[in-house]
Amino acid sequence: MLELRNITFRVRDEGEEKGIIHNLSLNVPDGKLVVITGPNGGGKSTLARLIAGIEKPDMGQIIWKGQDITEWTVTDRAKAGIAFAFQQPVKFKGLQVIDLLRLASGKNLSMMEACEYLARVGLCARDYIDREVNASLSGGELKRIEIATVLARKADLTIFDEPEAGIDLWSFQNLIEVFREMRESVKDRSILIISHQERILNIADELIVLKDGRVSAQGSKESIMPTLIGTASAIPECRKAAEIEGGETV
Amino acid sequence: MTQLDEIQKRLLREVADLHEVPEGAYNIRSNSQSAGRRSTANIEITSKTDVSGLEIRIRAGTKHESVHIPVVMTESGLKETVYNDFYIGEEADVVIVAGCGIDNCGNQDSQHDGIHRFFVGKNAHIRYVEKHYGSGDGKGKRILNPVTEVYQEEGSSVEMEMVQIKGVDDTNRTTLAELGKSAKLVVRERLMTHGEQNAISTYDVRMNGEGSSADVVSRSVARDHSYQKFDAKLLGNAACNGHTECDSIIMDEGRILAVPGLEANDIDAALVHEAAIGKIAGDQIIKLMTLGLTEQEAEEQIVNGFLK
Repeated sequence: MLELRNITFRVRDEGEEKGIIHNLSLNVPDGKLVVITGPNGGGKSTLARLIAGIEKPDMGQIIWKGQDITEWTVTDRAKAGIAFAFQQPVKFKGLQVIDLLRLASGKNLSMMEACEYLARVGLCARDYIDREVNASLSGGELKRIEIATVLARKADLTIFDEPEAGIDLWSFQNLIEVFREMRESVKDRSILIISHQERILNIADELIVLKDGRVSAQGSKESIMPTLIGTASAIPECRKAAEIEGGETV
Repeated sequence: MTQLDEIQKRLLREVADLHEVPEGAYNIRSNSQSAGRRSTANIEITSKTDVSGLEIRIRAGTKHESVHIPVVMTESGLKETVYNDFYIGEEADVVIVAGCGIDNCGNQDSQHDGIHRFFVGKNAHIRYVEKHYGSGDGKGKRILNPVTEVYQEEGSSVEMEMVQIKGVDDTNRTTLAELGKSAKLVVRERLMTHGEQNAISTYDVRMNGEGSSADVVSRSVARDHSYQKFDAKLLGNAACNGHTECDSIIMDEGRILAVPGLEANDIDAALVHEAAIGKIAGDQIIKLMTLGLTEQEAEEQIVNGFLK
C-alpha cells in the first residue's frame, strides 16, 4: 500500500514561493484502481511526480509497503515496484522500441514477448519493434509505446499521468480496455491514474478529487462520481477541458 | 593469422569483427608487415612498388564479394603512412572493410595514416566500413589521420560507415568526394571521444553531375575534456541534392565545434544542413531511471543508443 502523509510541495516562481501541494495525506490500497481527478492546476501531475520520486516534497512522508521512501531516488522507487507513465512521452535518438521494452522488463525479452506488449496497446508489432523512439513517431504512437513500456514493468504500483493526453479517440477506447485488463489480470497490484476523463473515472474503484493542492473529496466511485458529473473533474471524452474550465468546479 | 598474437587478434575483432581468416579477399597488415593476403578470381590485391600500400582491383560485375584490409599496430613508436587504391569495376557490388586498431603500451606515439582512394566505376555500388580503435595504457599517443578520397562515376553509389568509439588520442580525418551524374554518396559517421582526446573530421563533397546526391550524417559524443571539430562542406555544382547533419552530445567538459558548409553553384542545387549540440536531456535520464536504471546506467544506454 502507498501512503502519503502530510505532503507539502512548493516551487519558486520569479523569486516568489508558491505552494502546489498543501499538507496532503492519502492512501492507495493494494489491488485497487484509484483515479485522481480535479481541475487543471490542482496539483495532480505534481503529486504523481512526487510519488515517482521525480520531485521531492518539502515536508511530509511517502510510505510504500511500510517503508519510508521519501528520500529514495527515482531508481530505488522503480526497483521497489513503482512504475510511471509520462504525460508527455520522452523521445530518444537511437533507442528503439525493443530497447525500451527490454529495459522496462529488466530482461532480454524475446521478439515474441515484446510484440505482445505492443499488441496490447493496439500497435502492429512488426511495424514498430525496430523503430527509433524519436520524433518520426506521432504523439499518439509515442503515447501507446509509453504505455507498453509501463505494462512491461509489471510493477506493483503503476502511475499513469494523464494517459489520455495527446491520444486519438480510437486509442482512447483501447486505453480503457488496457486499464480494465490490467485490473482484472493482476488482483494484488495497484493502479493510480491522473485523469479527468469521465470514462476513466467510471472504471475506478476509488476516486480522489484534488483541488488547489488539497484533497477535497475521497471515496468509492459510487459515492464521489455523482458530485463530479458535468464539472472539470469529469469531462466526457467528446468535450475538451477548455469548454468546461472556468465553469463550475467541484 | 598464425603470426598474430592475442592482442593483435583482439584488435582485429574490434576493428573488423574478424575472429578467423575472413571469407573472400583480404590483406592483414600487422606492425607494417603483411600478416596474410588472399586475392580471389574477381578481386586482386597487390603491393604498391613506389610507396607502402596496396592496389585493390575489383573486376567489373563482381557481386556479393568482400575485401577486408584491417591494420593492427602493437609496437610503440611506429609511424607509417599507407596508400591504398581501390579500383571498382562497372556494375560491381562489394563490401570493403578497413579499420585500424592500435595498442600502445609504450611511451612513444604510434601513428597510422591511411590514404584511401576509391575509383568507383559506372553503376557500381560499394559499402565501405572503417572502424578505428585504440587500447593500451602507455603514455605514447595513438594517432590516426585517415584521408579518404572517393571518385564516383555515373550511377555509382557509395555507402560509408566510419566508426571511432574508443581509445584513439588524436585523429584528423579528411574525406573528399567527387560525384558524377546520378552518383549517390551516403556517409554515416559515429564518433566518441573521451579523456583528453582530439578529433577533427573534415568533409569536402563535390556534386558535379546532374542528379547526384550526398547525405553526410555524423553522430558524436564528446566526454571528459575531449574536443571535436566537424567541418562538412557540400558543393552543389549541378542539379543535385545534398544534406549534411551533425548531431552531438556533450558530457562533462567536452567541447564540440560544428561547421556545416553549403555552396550552391547551380540554380537547381538543393542543399540542407542541420547541426545540433547539447547535453543529454534530463527527461531522458529520468525516464530510464523510472525503468529502474541508475543515472549512470541511463546515460550509458542513451549514449550507446545514440551511437548505435
